[in-house]
Amino acid sequence: MSDEIIYEVTQNDYKYGFTTDIETEIIPPGLSEDVVRLISKKKDEPEWLLDFRLKAYRHWKTLKMPDWAYLDIPPIDFQAISYFAAPRKNAPKSLDEVDPELLKTFDKLGIPLEEQKILSGVAVDAVMDSVSVKTTFRENLAEMGIIFCSFSEAVREHPDLVQKYLASVVPYADNYFAALNSAVFSDGSFAYIPKGVRCPMELSTYFRINAANTGQFERTLIVAEEGSYVSYLEGCTAPMRDENQLHAAVVEIVVLKDAEVKYSTVQNWYPGDKDGNGGVYNFVTKRGICKGENSRLSWTQVETGSAITWKYPSTILMGDNSSAEFYSVAVTNNHQQADTGTKMIHIGKNTSSHILSKGISAGQSNNSYRGLVRVNPKAENARNFSQCDSLLLGDKCGAHTFPYMEVNNDTAIIEHEATTSKISEDQIFYCNQRGIDTETAVGLIVNGYAKEVLNKLPMEFAVEAQKLLQITLEGSVG
Amino acid sequence: MLEIKNLHASVNGKEILKGIDLTVNKGEVHAIMGPNGSGKSTLASVITGNPAFEVTKGKITYEGQDLLEMAPEQRAGAGVFLSFQYPVEIPGVSMVNFMRAAINEQRKFRGEEPLSASDFLRLMREKKELVEMDSQLTSRSVNEGFSGGEKKRNEIFQMAMLNPKLAILDETDSGLDIDALRIVANGVNKLKTPENASIVITHYQRLLDYIVPDFVHVLYDGKIIKTGYKTLALELEEKGYDWLK
Repeated sequence: MSDEIIYEVTQNDYKYGFTTDIETEIIPPGLSEDVVRLISKKKDEPEWLLDFRLKAYRHWKTLKMPDWAYLDIPPIDFQAISYFAAPRKNAPKSLDEVDPELLKTFDKLGIPLEEQKILSGVAVDAVMDSVSVKTTFRENLAEMGIIFCSFSEAVREHPDLVQKYLASVVPYADNYFAALNSAVFSDGSFAYIPKGVRCPMELSTYFRINAANTGQFERTLIVAEEGSYVSYLEGCTAPMRDENQLHAAVVEIVVLKDAEVKYSTVQNWYPGDKDGNGGVYNFVTKRGICKGENSRLSWTQVETGSAITWKYPSTILMGDNSSAEFYSVAVTNNHQQADTGTKMIHIGKNTSSHILSKGISAGQSNNSYRGLVRVNPKAENARNFSQCDSLLLGDKCGAHTFPYMEVNNDTAIIEHEATTSKISEDQIFYCNQRGIDTETAVGLIVNGYAKEVLNKLPMEFAVEAQKLLQITLEGSVG
Repeated sequence: MLEIKNLHASVNGKEILKGIDLTVNKGEVHAIMGPNGSGKSTLASVITGNPAFEVTKGKITYEGQDLLEMAPEQRAGAGVFLSFQYPVEIPGVSMVNFMRAAINEQRKFRGEEPLSASDFLRLMREKKELVEMDSQLTSRSVNEGFSGGEKKRNEIFQMAMLNPKLAILDETDSGLDIDALRIVANGVNKLKTPENASIVITHYQRLLDYIVPDFVHVLYDGKIIKTGYKTLALELEEKGYDWLK
């Protein structure tokens, strides 16, 4: 019960803002067909994957950056970014072979790859810059037929699965950033849960951008076969840098008949400094398909980082009786901008979706919820309930809600509720009078406000997320 | 314990307190009475450091320290408690969490270790009984959906939990029926020790039937115009305030 968690006072600065001094193999900045070929060659990829990349690249060149979001995006020079950076020592066979500096980095992040994780039962795939470092628990999982490995490894060892499902949910032509990712993605995670298997532990990926002037373009693919279950966690951090770093990931999830996938994200990329310098540009395409009957997909996200967030984890409800959930807490402070939400596409019969979005804006930030609920003509008895709440701290920030509804079947029941509230000075003083200082009070109130969403996170993540909310908002009141 | 000297305070540029002098010693109960708008709640707000009020002149010394130099949470940590006239609601924050944060922040201020979970829960149980509080109330969000009476009782519950040295009760009796009034007053009396003191702000004499004051002060137009004993309250009940002007 997260109610019982004691609030600890945490430090003021972005505590993940260190860089790691490890040898990095980095290709010169710039993007061209040659670069795409070079990435593919470095990874020793099969022909079909190179073709996929090239098609994506050629398509990307015909596209323009989307500008419909409520975001002020400075021009991005795609030629100034390096599209591949790898810690030099490659493919460790065991933890002993992993660069000690790298392990220290992960320790600082609080994600020990070793014994502690055995105790907590989390299998971690850690991705630093572009290359997956080490996947723990592989053998234990393999005994159950579960595949959890880096994307590159999956391409080598399970090419049939990758070829079957890659881009089956997010085609390369889907949007500008999905096309870019499809052309240059360097690594990511792959998870496959066979028929009838309940994955006994949380699968977890940790992403970190370390090298300067690099983009991170990871690709995650999760396939849950009939009757299977998996809970998947994703965490992200980046060092503090003056210049902006680009992150454009694609996540695809395929949920087959009677299967269930829970996907949780705690996104804490570097948000930039108080004046809005630096920070990660986070343009992410996440989408799942509930392909079979009675399938279920649940997205939970806690978004506290990034200078700019553009992200709409979505679900296509294709199977009859399938259901999807989207629980989101998005926090923006200082000059951060977030335009985030979800899409629920109802196609099958008796499908249901639930959206709960909690936006928190502070400083001079802008925080938008953008959500689409679409009910196709044949989607009988579709149900959707959406609740979008905004909490404002101070009077220089903005909260915006853009709900879109396209209902093409009369049997649908769609509900939408929205509220906007402020933390009042009276609430703060009440807490102060009880001995609670203002920062702690804001943390308490914000965590209370976000509780419904935080409760959806696995326990271990919920604690971290609570602290993150508090750190993110420090200095935003008073 | 508390010494207020020539205190002037204003809100939005309007002077409300116009020179208050008040001394409260350990073990004493002081009642402050007065008509609406006389500055009673302002005095409570200023002692506890509400930033909406500006102190323009004067001094408050609390246990030898300059109270006006301390942040509101430091004053709380040093043992100053206010039972609010209008307790605010904090949606989503459970009473359990709130109390735990409050107690442990105050302990930290005093250089004490945080209370263990089991000690904390034991303390909750004990103090809930003291104010005859429905145990479900503590699992709800702070004051959210509480009735007027429940909010007031919750204030006294918090006071019992935090065990202050100086408690200020701002119109704790308003909005209470006679049973609730008895329970609240009973709670306050049980918490009274020779080491602590309280300031009871009230409109009506009836609370003072239950909480017997050592001194009664009449506040009028930002000044204490008369100080007496318990009998003064009875006199005020009978004659009103006009005879004092």
